[in-house]
Amino acid sequence: MPAYEIEIVLNRQLADCLSIPVFITDTKGNLIFYNEPAEEIFGKRFEDTGEMQVEQWSTMFKPVDENGIAIPPEELPLVQTLQHATPHHKTFCIESMQGKNQKISVTSYPIIGRTGTMSGAVAIFWKSNDE
Amino acid sequence: MKIKLWGVRGSITTTGPETAYYGGNTSCVDVWEDGCLLVLDGGSGIQKLVVNNELTTKRIDVLLTHLHLDHIQGLGFFKPLFDPSMEVHIWGPASSTRTLHSRLSRYLSPPLFPVLIRDLPCKLTLHEIENSRFNIGPFTIQSNYVIHPGPTVGFRVSGGQSTFTYIPDHEPALGKNGIIKNNRWLSGYDLAAGADLLLHDAQYTEQEYINKKGWGHSSMEDAGLFASMAGVKRVLFAHHDPSRTDIQLDNIFTSFQEKASYPFNFQLAREGMEIILDNL
Repeated sequence: MPAYEIEIVLNRQLADCLSIPVFITDTKGNLIFYNEPAEEIFGKRFEDTGEMQVEQWSTMFKPVDENGIAIPPEELPLVQTLQHATPHHKTFCIESMQGKNQKISVTSYPIIGRTGTMSGAVAIFWKSNDE
Repeated sequence: MKIKLWGVRGSITTTGPETAYYGGNTSCVDVWEDGCLLVLDGGSGIQKLVVNNELTTKRIDVLLTHLHLDHIQGLGFFKPLFDPSMEVHIWGPASSTRTLHSRLSRYLSPPLFPVLIRDLPCKLTLHEIENSRFNIGPFTIQSNYVIHPGPTVGFRVSGGQSTFTYIPDHEPALGKNGIIKNNRWLSGYDLAAGADLLLHDAQYTEQEYINKKGWGHSSMEDAGLFASMAGVKRVLFAHHDPSRTDIQLDNIFTSFQEKASYPFNFQLAREGMEIILDNL
C-alpha cells in the first residue's frame, strides 16, 4: 500500500494535537483517522478499530434535525465535501452513545495539496452545550 | 550507479580547517550511470563538480529538492550554465502559486546575482515536478513531496540494478508524538522503501530536536527510525549542522553509535565520498 500524501499525514499530526474531535477520511469516505476527542463521540478507540470502511462507520451516527427528522446523507457536510471538494458547515443533532440527542456543528473541508488533487477530507465536530 | 557527494553541510557553508574532513559545502550530489549525469541539488558544492570526459552527451540534469538558499546558492557558479554548447535541465518542485522560473529568479537576478536566468548562454529548460515519475537517460526518477517548510521533494533514483534515495531535508517526525510507526503514515516512505542507499537529513541530536520541531529537519534517531521502517540497505546521515566541527560531529556520532542498533550500515556523509552502488 502506498503511503498517504503528506497533507493527509500532516492533518493527522495536527488533529492529534487538538482538543476538538476530528475525523479524517480518504476520498471515498473511508475513515482513516480520528483523534482522541473524536473517540469520545464515536464511542470507539482508533487504536482498536483502525481504519474503517465508509459502510461501517457512516451508519454509526444517526443525524436528525431539531424536530427529530432524519437528515439524508447527501445533506451532511462531510458528504458534500467529498462530492464537491468544497468546505461545508451544518448544525444538527446526533444520537450520542448514551442514547441522548446531542446538538453539534460539523465543519468539513477537503484536503487538497500542492498537486491540486483532493486526497481526502476532514470533519471537525463542534460540541454544543444546548441539548 | 556511481555517486559522489560534493556538499553535505546544512543551511550555510562552513569552510575552514575545523570542518575540512566532513566538508563545509552545502547540498550537492552527482549520480552517474552509463555516461549520464544527474546533479542533485545546487548548493555550494556544485561549483566543485567537474564535468569530465565521461559525459557522452552535452546534457546535464539538475534536480532540486527545494529552493532554500543552501540548495541553490551554487547554481550561479555552475559552469555548464554559461556554456552555449550545453543543454541544462533544471527540475524543481512545483508551488501552488508561483512558477519555478519566477522562484529561481528571486536568486538569479540583481541585486542578489548579476546575471538573469534569461541571459544564461546554455540551452536551459525548467521542469516543474510534484509527485512525479520521469525518465532521464538510464535513470528512472520518482519525486514525492516530503515534510519540510515550503514545496520540497525527495528523489528515488533508479539506474542499472540500484536505487539511491535522496532526502537531505526532511522532518518526518513533525507532530505531537513523532514518527507514526506505520509505513502508510510515513512521509517519504515510498521514496525510500528498500533502497540500496539512503542519504537523509540527520542534522540534530535527539536532545536538540526537542527545541527545533517544525524547523524541517531530523534527529539522527529519527533518521535511523525512518531508514528502519523503509527497510533500506545503507544510510548516510547528512545536512550536518553548520555549528559542528569535525571533532564535534565525530563525538556526537560515536555517542549515537553506542546506543543505536540497526540492520544496515550507517555513517556520516562526507564531502568527497564516492560510492559505487553495484558493488554493495
